[in-house]
Amino acid sequence: MHKDYTNFRKLLDTGDANCVATVRGFLEKIENEMHLNSFIETWGEEALQRASEIDQKIQNRTAGKLAGMVIALKDNICYQGHKVSASSHILEGFESQYSSTVVQRILDEDAILIGRTNCDEFAMGASNETSYYGPVLNALDNSRVPGGSSGGATVAVQAGLCHAAIGSDTGGSIRQPASFCGVVGLKPSYGRISRWGLLAYASSFDQIGPLTNNVEDAALLLQVISGTDDYDATVSTLPVDNYTLSDENSPKKIAYLKECFGEGVDEEIKHQLYALFELMKAAGHTVEEVSFPYLDYLVPAYYVLTTAEASSNLSRYQGLQLGYRTAEKGDLDMLFKKSRSEGFGKEVKRRIMLGTFVLTSDFYDAYYSKAQKVRRLIRQKTDDILNTYDFILTPTTPTVAFKFGEKTQDPVAMYLADIFTVQANLSGHPAISVPGGKHSNGMPFGVQLMGKHFGEKKLLNFAKYLHNLAV
Amino acid sequence: MDEKIYDKYQAVIGLEVHAQLLTNSKAFCSDSTEYGATANTQVSVISLGHPGTLPKHNKDAINLAIRMGLAINCQIREVNQYARKNYFYADLPKGYQITQDRTPICHDGFLEVKLKDGSTKRIGIERVHMEEDSGKSMHDQDVFDSLIDYNRAGTPLIEIVTHPDIRSAEEAYAYITEIRQIVRYLDICDGNMEEGSLRCDANISVMLKGADKYGVKVEVKNMNSISNVRRAIDFEIKRQIEAIANGNRIFSETRTFDAMKGTTIVMRSKELANDYRYFPEPDLPPLIVDQAWVNQVQTTMPALPKELIKKYISEYSLGEYDASLLTETKEYAKYFEEVCGHTKNFKAAANWMMGTVKSHLNETGTDIGTFTLKPTQIAELIALVDDGKISNSAASQNVFPALVNTPDKGALTLAQELNLIQESNADALLPIVEEVLAAWSEKVEEYKAGKKNLMGLFVGEVMKRSGGKADPKLTNKLLGERLS
Repeated sequence: MHKDYTNFRKLLDTGDANCVATVRGFLEKIENEMHLNSFIETWGEEALQRASEIDQKIQNRTAGKLAGMVIALKDNICYQGHKVSASSHILEGFESQYSSTVVQRILDEDAILIGRTNCDEFAMGASNETSYYGPVLNALDNSRVPGGSSGGATVAVQAGLCHAAIGSDTGGSIRQPASFCGVVGLKPSYGRISRWGLLAYASSFDQIGPLTNNVEDAALLLQVISGTDDYDATVSTLPVDNYTLSDENSPKKIAYLKECFGEGVDEEIKHQLYALFELMKAAGHTVEEVSFPYLDYLVPAYYVLTTAEASSNLSRYQGLQLGYRTAEKGDLDMLFKKSRSEGFGKEVKRRIMLGTFVLTSDFYDAYYSKAQKVRRLIRQKTDDILNTYDFILTPTTPTVAFKFGEKTQDPVAMYLADIFTVQANLSGHPAISVPGGKHSNGMPFGVQLMGKHFGEKKLLNFAKYLHNLAV
Repeated sequence: MDEKIYDKYQAVIGLEVHAQLLTNSKAFCSDSTEYGATANTQVSVISLGHPGTLPKHNKDAINLAIRMGLAINCQIREVNQYARKNYFYADLPKGYQITQDRTPICHDGFLEVKLKDGSTKRIGIERVHMEEDSGKSMHDQDVFDSLIDYNRAGTPLIEIVTHPDIRSAEEAYAYITEIRQIVRYLDICDGNMEEGSLRCDANISVMLKGADKYGVKVEVKNMNSISNVRRAIDFEIKRQIEAIANGNRIFSETRTFDAMKGTTIVMRSKELANDYRYFPEPDLPPLIVDQAWVNQVQTTMPALPKELIKKYISEYSLGEYDASLLTETKEYAKYFEEVCGHTKNFKAAANWMMGTVKSHLNETGTDIGTFTLKPTQIAELIALVDDGKISNSAASQNVFPALVNTPDKGALTLAQELNLIQESNADALLPIVEEVLAAWSEKVEEYKAGKKNLMGLFVGEVMKRSGGKADPKLTNKLLGERLS
C-alpha cells in the first residue's frame, strides 16, 4: 500500500487500485496500531460508503482532484454531524452543526475523511501530553512523544494510517511534530486558508495546513483548501497560485539564522544541516549566515499574545449552551466556574489565566502592548531578511523527539520546543518542515524553510528539492 | 432640608445612548433582526458563538453608524479596529462582545439642542461606536429557571456618548428628545424606548457651584422613556446633594431607576467593577472607511429637522414655532411639503396641518403615514377657500370630514352636495341684503347714527339667511354700499 497519495492516484486512474480496498486497508491498520492512540474516533462505515461512490466516479472519469485521498482530521476542525472536541473534556459529546471551509473543499474534491485525530487540548502543547484522551505515541519509538499539538494527525501519516492529515499550526503545531515524526508539515501564510470551522486557539496565529508523506501531496492539498472565503474576513483575497511542483531549480539565496545554530541545539542536527548546506552550495545555491537578534523574544511574545487571545476565545465554553456542564447545582457564577474548572485541563487553565492576566488593565501596556510591538519588529526583521534572501532556513526543532514526561514538569522547557517555529506564526510567513536527516539514536529531525508572504509556490518547489537532497 | 441648599450645587451629566440599528440582518452574520419572533428562532451557529465560527462585517450597519456621525457633526474615522469586551453572562454566547474601544467610528461631534426658555445649548459628542447586542435573559417566564432568548444576540447597536456637558434633567430631556428625532429621521433606529431599541444610561455627579473638580459619578440605568430620563436625573441630583449636605459620601456605583417609586436603587458598586480586558478583535481586519465611502453615505442623508425649519422659515415664511411643529416627524414634514407643492398658500397649508389634520389624527389615534387623504386633497380644500367657493369653517368642519369618509368623491363635489358653495354673485346676494336691511330697519338707523359695530349683526343675518353660502367679503362690500 502506498503511503503517499500522488502515486496511489496513478494506480487508481489505471484501475490498479480502488478506494474501498484502500480504506479497508487503512481501517485495519488503524485497528492494529490502536496503541499509538492517534485516532479519537474513526468514521469507517461512512468512509467505506464514500469510497465506493468515489470508485464509481473514477470509473466514470468524473472524480475530483483529491479522489480517494484518505484524510485524517485533527480534532479541532468542524465536520457537520460529527463530533469535535479539541481533545478536551469540556467539549465531550459535542457535535458540529456545520462543516469548516477546509472540510467542505476537500470533500468537494472527493477526498475521504477517515476519522478525527488526537491532539493537545485546544492545540496547546508540544508533545500531545495535554490531551484529555491521553498521549499519542511516536510510531518510531513508543517511549518518545510525537510532538504537538497535531500529534495524532502526524502519527497517522507517519504510521501509514491514512494518506494525509489536516492539522492546525499556531506556533509550530504542524511543523514540530512533522520534525519529530519524519513527515512533511506545512504552515501556510496567515490568511491563505480560511479558519472558518477551526476551533480557535489564538485567532491571529492559527493556520490550517497539511501533514503528508511528501511535498507533492502537501502542494495538492494546499491547492484545494486555499483561497478567499466569505466566512472568514481575515482570509486574503490574493489569487491562489498553481502549486503544481516543477523541477525549476535556479540558484536560490538562503539565509540560515545564526542564533538557531547556537547553544541548546543538538550537535548532530547542527552538523548534518551544515553538511546539507555544502550540498546546496555545490549545486549553485547561496547559503549565508544571517543574525536574527530577536530569538530570545520569540517565545515570550508568542505566549503573551496567544494566551491573551486564547483567554477570550475559550470564554465560549461555559457549560451553558453546549459541551460539558458540571453536575453541581447552584447559581450562574458557580455554573461557569465549576464547569470550566472541571472541563478544562491543567495546561489550558494555565494559559487562560496567563492570558487573562496580561489583558487586565493594570498590566495591558506592560505585557500585551509590548508584545505587539515585539511582534511588529519580528515581522519587520523577517521581511527584511526575505527581501534579500529567497528563504530562511533553521532546524525545525532544537532536538529530536523527547521522552514522555521529560518536560511535563517544566512548562518553560516545553514552550522552548517551539522556539524555531513560532517566528512564522508571529510574522505570518509560510513555513514548511521537511525531513532533514536522522539522528544516530534513530530519530528523525526536520529542516524548516520560511518563505515570503504568499510565496508558497516557490517554497514548496524548493522544499521538495531539499527533501530529496536530505534523504 | 433647606430648599436653598440645592442652589449651591451644580449637576454634571453625561449620557450614553444605545440605538439598535434598523438593519435586516445582524452585525456580524446574516441572521434576521426582525423584532418579536419566537424565542431562539433568529439564531445561527455564528450568533450562538459555536466553536469555530467567525464574524463578518455588515456594511449596512457601518453605513448607518456613519449617517449618525454626520448628523451630529462628528469626524469619521478612517481606520476602524474592532475590539472584544470580555465578560461572562448567560446571554452573551461568546463570552465577549464585539465592540469598538480605542477607535470609535465617529468622534468629536456636537449637537445643539433648544431649551424651554428658547435658548440653545451645545452638547459635545465624544464618540459614536459600533457594537453587537447580547441576548435577553428572562427571569420571570419560568418558575424554576431563568430562560435565555438569543434572537437579539448580535443585533447591531451604536452607542452615542456625550461629554459631561449636560447640566440639568431638562437639558438631558431636550438632548434625548432630539437624538430620538434624529435617529428616526435617519431611519437608523425606530427610537422606541419602551421596547428597548433606544436605551439611555446617565452618568451623574454633583459639585459645589464654582468647584473645579467634578464629584463622584453615579451611573443610572433602565430609564425606559424620555420622561423617565428626566425623572431619574432629577431624583438622582437631589439624592446626591442631600447626601453630601448631610455629610455622606457618594459612591461610584451603578443604580437602576424604579419608575413606580420614582427613585434610583443601587445595582452594583463600580469599585469592584469587571475588568473587561479590551483588546483588538483578531477575527476582523481593520475596517477602512475612506472619504469616498463617507461621501457616498452623505448623498443618502435626508434633510434633518433643523434644515427643514430654516427652509420653512425662509421659503414658506412661517414662524419658527410653526416650523418646528411641522417637522416633529419626518413623515409629517414630508406630507406638509407635498401639500405645499400643490398650493402657494403655505400659511394655510401649515394651518391645516397643525389644526384640522392634526386634530383628526389625534382623535382617531392614527398617524400621518396611514392618513387616507392625499396631500393634493388638502391643497384642493385650500384652493376652494382661497377661491371664495366655500368658507374656511365650512371647509374644515363639513367638507373635510365628508372627504375623509369618501375620499374618492372630491372636495368640490362634496361641497356642492352639502350645498356649501358660497354665493359670490352680487346679483344673487343683493336681494338678501335688502331683505335683511328691511327687517332690521331700527338697527339700520342706529348704525347710521354711529353704532358701527352693528355691521357684524347684519353680516351674520345675511349669512344665516343664505344658509352659510354668502361670501363674507362680498356681503361686507354690499352692506357697506347700502348703508353709506
